[in-house]
Amino acid sequence: MSAIATTGGWIEVGALDEIPRMGSRVVKTSRGDVAVFRTALDEVFALDDRCPHRGGPLSQGILFDRRVACPLHDWVIDLETGKATGPDDGCTGRHAVRVEHGVVFLGLAADPA
Amino acid sequence: MNETTKPRLVLVGNGMAGVRTLEELLKVAPDRYAITVIGAEPYGNYNRILLSPVLAAEKTVDDIILNAPAWYAERGITLRTGVEVTAIDRVKRRVVAADGEAFPYDRLLLATGSSPVMIPIPGNELPGVVTFRDIHDVERMLAAARAHRHAVVIGGGLLGLEAANGLLKQGMDVTVVHLLDSLMEKQLDAAAAGLLRRSLEERGLKFLMGHQTAVILGEDRARAVRFTNGTEIPADLVVMAVGIRPSTQLAKAAGLYCERGVVVSDTMQTYDPRIYAVGECVQHRGQSYGLVAPLWEQARVCANHLAERGTSRYQGSVTSTKLKVTGIDLFSAGDFLGGPDTEEMVFQDAGRGIYKKLVIRENRIRGAVLYGDTLDGSWYFQLMRDETPIADIRENLLFGQAHVGDSGHGDEAARVMAMPDSAEICGCNGVCKGDIVRAITEKKLFTLDDVRAHTKASSSCGSCTGLVETILASTVGEGYDASPKKKPLCGCTDRTHDEVRRAIVEGGLKSIPEVMHALEWQRADGCQKCRPALNYYLLCAWPGEYEDDGRSRYINERVHANIQKDGSYSVVPRIFGGETSPAQLRAIAEVAEKYAVPTVKVTGGQRIDLLGVKKEQLPLIWGDLSQAGFVSGHAYGKAVRTVKTCVGSEWCRFGTQDSTTMGIRMEELTWGSWMPHKFKMAVSGCPRNCAEATIKDLGVVAVDSGWELHVGGNGGIKVRVTDFLCKVETMEQVLEYTAAFCQLYREEARYLERTAPWIERVGVSYVRERVVDDPESRAALAARFTDSQRLAQQDPWKARAEGADAHEFIPLTAGEPAQETHA
Repeated sequence: MSAIATTGGWIEVGALDEIPRMGSRVVKTSRGDVAVFRTALDEVFALDDRCPHRGGPLSQGILFDRRVACPLHDWVIDLETGKATGPDDGCTGRHAVRVEHGVVFLGLAADPA
Repeated sequence: MNETTKPRLVLVGNGMAGVRTLEELLKVAPDRYAITVIGAEPYGNYNRILLSPVLAAEKTVDDIILNAPAWYAERGITLRTGVEVTAIDRVKRRVVAADGEAFPYDRLLLATGSSPVMIPIPGNELPGVVTFRDIHDVERMLAAARAHRHAVVIGGGLLGLEAANGLLKQGMDVTVVHLLDSLMEKQLDAAAAGLLRRSLEERGLKFLMGHQTAVILGEDRARAVRFTNGTEIPADLVVMAVGIRPSTQLAKAAGLYCERGVVVSDTMQTYDPRIYAVGECVQHRGQSYGLVAPLWEQARVCANHLAERGTSRYQGSVTSTKLKVTGIDLFSAGDFLGGPDTEEMVFQDAGRGIYKKLVIRENRIRGAVLYGDTLDGSWYFQLMRDETPIADIRENLLFGQAHVGDSGHGDEAARVMAMPDSAEICGCNGVCKGDIVRAITEKKLFTLDDVRAHTKASSSCGSCTGLVETILASTVGEGYDASPKKKPLCGCTDRTHDEVRRAIVEGGLKSIPEVMHALEWQRADGCQKCRPALNYYLLCAWPGEYEDDGRSRYINERVHANIQKDGSYSVVPRIFGGETSPAQLRAIAEVAEKYAVPTVKVTGGQRIDLLGVKKEQLPLIWGDLSQAGFVSGHAYGKAVRTVKTCVGSEWCRFGTQDSTTMGIRMEELTWGSWMPHKFKMAVSGCPRNCAEATIKDLGVVAVDSGWELHVGGNGGIKVRVTDFLCKVETMEQVLEYTAAFCQLYREEARYLERTAPWIERVGVSYVRERVVDDPESRAALAARFTDSQRLAQQDPWKARAEGADAHEFIPLTAGEPAQETHA
């Protein structure tokens, strides 16, 4: 996975425990809604909260492994790359995240891609 | 693991079965082996089944290539074509090629296929005598067709007739010689064989039945064929198509146990556990197969074991056959001849050239022969493999699926192949016939799932599944991989819905991780398909004990509202029986105004829908509605939805019973219950049926002397009228039967199976047995339903208005950008 160029520094969005395992929360940002996901293994990923297909809110989908199924038409998006998996074609913007001492920080991408 | 330390897997035989096994293996364990493929033919893997269309000039060789060399290269597979393996050294664990080159293996997969039988008669070595097995044979036949006139095909079976048809199309004068008096005796009864022969004769083929070939005459090439009765016919080309024999020489020479084929166990292992075998070369439980569907079932199982998952077993295949001669529709499956303990159902229409025969034993289809109209072949085959009881559909069975309950898509399917490419097949996703055909040919798709993934056709509501299957089957011909008899719950397991469910109940499994662990789930988290199913099965099996897993619920059920295309939600308060009051309406109006709800709409189920609500507003709206006495309407769930009623005897001059009160009481009994799929009810006060009860999952129609109960209706994708269940006299009885029916459906239907397909699967007689005929069974079902309702009827809206699952509704707040203080 390639590094994400961020802009505007790291934004604190809350404690890791506020995001349910195998779940996600939405963060309202200057760049629109960002979905922050927490996997079963406590990895954290952030994507624009828009499915590349019809703009469905990915934060509302069912999470498994490092993937989320969009609630609108069941496209499965890879959390690491933001890309649609399987034969579907499309990509949603990624943002940087890091977790330190149980606190989640979001680094908005300069150019989400 | 890097390339040098990976275990080595060598595949001998670059054909459909072997390569399919690799494809299945790569799906589940892409990096486990360093793979080498050795093939004797100088091509990549091609679809042998489509050689007939190549011979008939309907397809080219390029059209039938399944895996070009690039496919192997992209996956890091070493491909060696034109290399003949001559020995297996099991001690040193390597295979040796004709030129002495050795290929070491840790696991070996034999897929050596079969070879055509050459009848041992004088002259069979002459030029001009060929078999029909590979591209090389086709090329020789095509060359002969260009230079010569008379072709004789020995063998009137499937392969012989396809070869004969191809040669006829190439302009040759073709005679088919058959030992017996009836063509394709392994697939057809005499009646169908007679029809087939007549229509092939009309096309110009000649037949010599009951003839045995004695000698092929000729000097430097074939010139004529002489029979045992002394007669002779000219023959410049002789095609031997009398059968195939599993190629076992290699295995036999290596000391592996072989009978007719290489003998394998249910795990596709030979007597040497390091050596697996699949395809036409194997013999499994005494059977060898020459059709493609069994090979693919074998490939799946073999891949599962090569990947060391060890969870699946091959238990033999039930096969069906179709003849690939354009313009002739012929289908055969199972025991089509029958015996003293079977009965036959026959439909014959000589004028249209249609013949259908079903062989029935113990209320189930055991075999089928269809000629002229094979549209329902796959349906009969499905009924046969599923061993579906047919008593309930028997009177219309021979007329086809379109005439049985489900006013389905039979007629559309008949038209589908004649449709233009621009015809829309999947209305949900806007997929046209041309898109599907193109995806199938270009991407070499074989399964319904593949077509769904690539085109989205049939991936939403599923109503076009039959059409897509028809297109798939006729586009890929016999290569079509009909869904296996046992359909796994999802890609994470080989087990079926029913098997998983049984394991939960019998094994006392009480959580999703427990189920996944006990049943060796192939993905730690499962997926978006299996988790909701498991959650439901656990909830149904252990009411009160199992803790609902919100993470395994689809968003609508997790937040108790219906997601809309813009990410907003809709809210439908429950209005029992559809009977409301000024106070209720006022409360809804106030909520709608207070929260500026963009759209207020009356639903088809007699409820009021508030649309366009933002997620953050949901708990507030629910709080207000709850205060006004409303509970959730569950319009978002796989749950009891609504009971629709007409006004009934209270007001209506035709009403015979108080249908509104009945509906309210039914809804009070059942609301809040989670179901395998959505569940709708209705009560009509007289047979005029204004509440449309006969297209509901459970419909009640009042008559003067009581209540009629109807089940399994559907007014959605496929309109299906209910089956009549029984008539009862009192309201109390209606309630008891309702509870029992709901519970039977909850306990036995598969997740996401509506009552209509469920009842078509199990038969309304079965439902009647459990709910009507046996009072003890009914009482037990009703008691279990009531028990599970104790906890189900806690309003989820009230709980959330009071703060449950708050994280679902409130976004995180972003702080100020921090400085780089974190090292």
